[in-house]
Amino acid sequence: MNVLSRSKTIKVDYLARVEGEGALFIKIKNNELEYCKLKIFEPPRFFEAFLQGRSFKEAPDITARICGICPIAYIMSSIHAMERILGLQIGGQLRELRRLVYCGEWIESHVLHVFMLHAPDFLGYQDAIQLAGDKPELVKMALRLKKAGNELVRLLGGREIHPINIKVGGFYKVPEKADFASLLEELKWAKDASIEAVNVAKSLECPDFNQNYEFVALHHPDEYPFNEGKLISNTGLDIDIKEYEDHFEEIHIEHSNALQSIHKGHGNYFVGPMARYNLNYDQLSDLTKQVAVDIGYDRQVTNPFQSIVVRSLETVYAIDEAIRIIENYEKPDKPAVEYEIKPGIGWGSTEAPRGILYHRYEIDEKGIIKTAKIVPPTAQNQGRIEEDLSNFIPQFLSLNDEDLTWKCEQAVRNYDPCISCATHFLKLEIERI
Amino acid sequence: MLHVKPKLAVWKFASCDGCQLSLLDCEDELLAVADAVQIAYFPEATREMVEGPYDVSFVEGSVTTPHDEERIWEIREISKVVITLGACATSGGIQALRNFADVQEFTNIVYANPQYIETLDKSLPISNYIKVDFELRGCPIDKYQLLEVVISLLAGKRPNIPTHSVCMDCKLNLNNCVLVAGREPCLGPVTQAGCGALCPAYNRGCYGCFGPQDSTNTDSMIDVWRHLGVADETIMRAFRGFNGFLEPFKGASERLEQK
Repeated sequence: MNVLSRSKTIKVDYLARVEGEGALFIKIKNNELEYCKLKIFEPPRFFEAFLQGRSFKEAPDITARICGICPIAYIMSSIHAMERILGLQIGGQLRELRRLVYCGEWIESHVLHVFMLHAPDFLGYQDAIQLAGDKPELVKMALRLKKAGNELVRLLGGREIHPINIKVGGFYKVPEKADFASLLEELKWAKDASIEAVNVAKSLECPDFNQNYEFVALHHPDEYPFNEGKLISNTGLDIDIKEYEDHFEEIHIEHSNALQSIHKGHGNYFVGPMARYNLNYDQLSDLTKQVAVDIGYDRQVTNPFQSIVVRSLETVYAIDEAIRIIENYEKPDKPAVEYEIKPGIGWGSTEAPRGILYHRYEIDEKGIIKTAKIVPPTAQNQGRIEEDLSNFIPQFLSLNDEDLTWKCEQAVRNYDPCISCATHFLKLEIERI
Repeated sequence: MLHVKPKLAVWKFASCDGCQLSLLDCEDELLAVADAVQIAYFPEATREMVEGPYDVSFVEGSVTTPHDEERIWEIREISKVVITLGACATSGGIQALRNFADVQEFTNIVYANPQYIETLDKSLPISNYIKVDFELRGCPIDKYQLLEVVISLLAGKRPNIPTHSVCMDCKLNLNNCVLVAGREPCLGPVTQAGCGALCPAYNRGCYGCFGPQDSTNTDSMIDVWRHLGVADETIMRAFRGFNGFLEPFKGASERLEQK
């Protein structure tokens, strides 16, 4: 048999159940993987360019429009960058409310991904609707959980997608304590449901694929990270976010409309729930740690297919933290703090559901943005996803094309990629020669 | 009577995904919707892709690349009804801010290798290319308006989507007027309702997510804002937002820019 007769090409036109448009090209030659490329064909939208000339006050609302799934992350990263320029420190209940609205986004986004986008892979369904045909109670529970997260964002933000109530300095309006009454009851239900969800996720069969990763996440000594902290990694990185661009750089590669990030001198790195968990285990709530112990989890998770479990554990944390904040809530005197505009450069990084989201702005004395830079989590994970596939595919070359394709899709979805963010994903093509 | 479920497709162009996400955010209604229609093509939610033709196509996002310019025609050909979802699809979206600038300069600002980037000079609404049967406004759309569209399609009626201004909803909701009583700059008088008059309920002026209402006087709006002491360049930016390429917002911002 000659080489050509042993070759074949597999194509999938559009990788589904990820947010945005992208493709994956895999070339297999003589039964060996030659390369795999993640191609992002989501059209460029040029946010960093048209932010120039806009007011600093507009950055939260404008950058929210980069992503309909994680607008809070964009709002928060831009606000923290601007507040750093203005010398503002937001403390007390306003700071707690910012954590609370972030809890809502994590719950909504994590549950969407775990049950609607990722679990069907493990269970062999095309989508969650099909899954609901066989397991209606599970999908109904997931939808109710997701709704609890969305309700939290709606209560504090005004609406789930592109919330309107959050601004530099605080909020336009803050809720009364009584406004939380019915939501608090629902969150207490959600706490139990999310623990059940962890057990469901843990029961899913996943490939044995432990890898050696550099994990990068925010770290705060007193709390699991949402908005604030230093940037650390398991290989010794420990920096103020101001130094981000000294250590990380974006490269523009031909097959992608997204810029791909690398850690200078280190290479690809991993951001998101697994990175946060591995670097911030001690800061998890007692309940979350107990649930982790109960399912036999260690402080370190290095199999990306288990990200679905870690994402579920973070959902428990976000619900537990939301309940804590609501129970201790006292309405602040003012919905926002006052400030004076001054020129400067500011940096902000917060933990979007899928990992760190970095913003940098320079503004002039009138508050007009002179330059903007945004590095979304999926751009940071992109190289890591390609490397995972390169290590993963050789183990599964014996699978038929259809099963191999699905396995690759599942491996990509481990990262909950958000491609609308990253252009600032997925058509899958496997070529066997 | 034999009942055939309508075949639904959901397409994405340049956008943030938020409008199609609104369908998945219908947590209480999603399974009922999935029962009433055949979700034939919706890559964000399912890897199953049933070939066309489709009874209904929901289109999210604006046309910004040569490839998408062709794709939108193909979608029209295989769809009985085309409905656009949200500001990007109906106005060009926030990415239409490039329409007022030099896109090559934009590419150079964002990308190290501009030669890798294929993009059109302008981000334009879907209706600029094909006949659109119904346009749902909003950045993002309102999920209850989306459900009204789905229900109307199933019932064979025209969706009941009000086109009055945000002011009307404020009055219905008994909101204090942020513009008159609060002296906050507000686009409510010239913006179409649909959000439920959200911003004024949070003590904030409307910033135009649902685009221009169909019989508005933007010059009068400009005068009111000037009267509040707002600088012309700030008013210009307010009109040049998520629906900035739709008239009369477009004309208003251009008149202010020329001054």
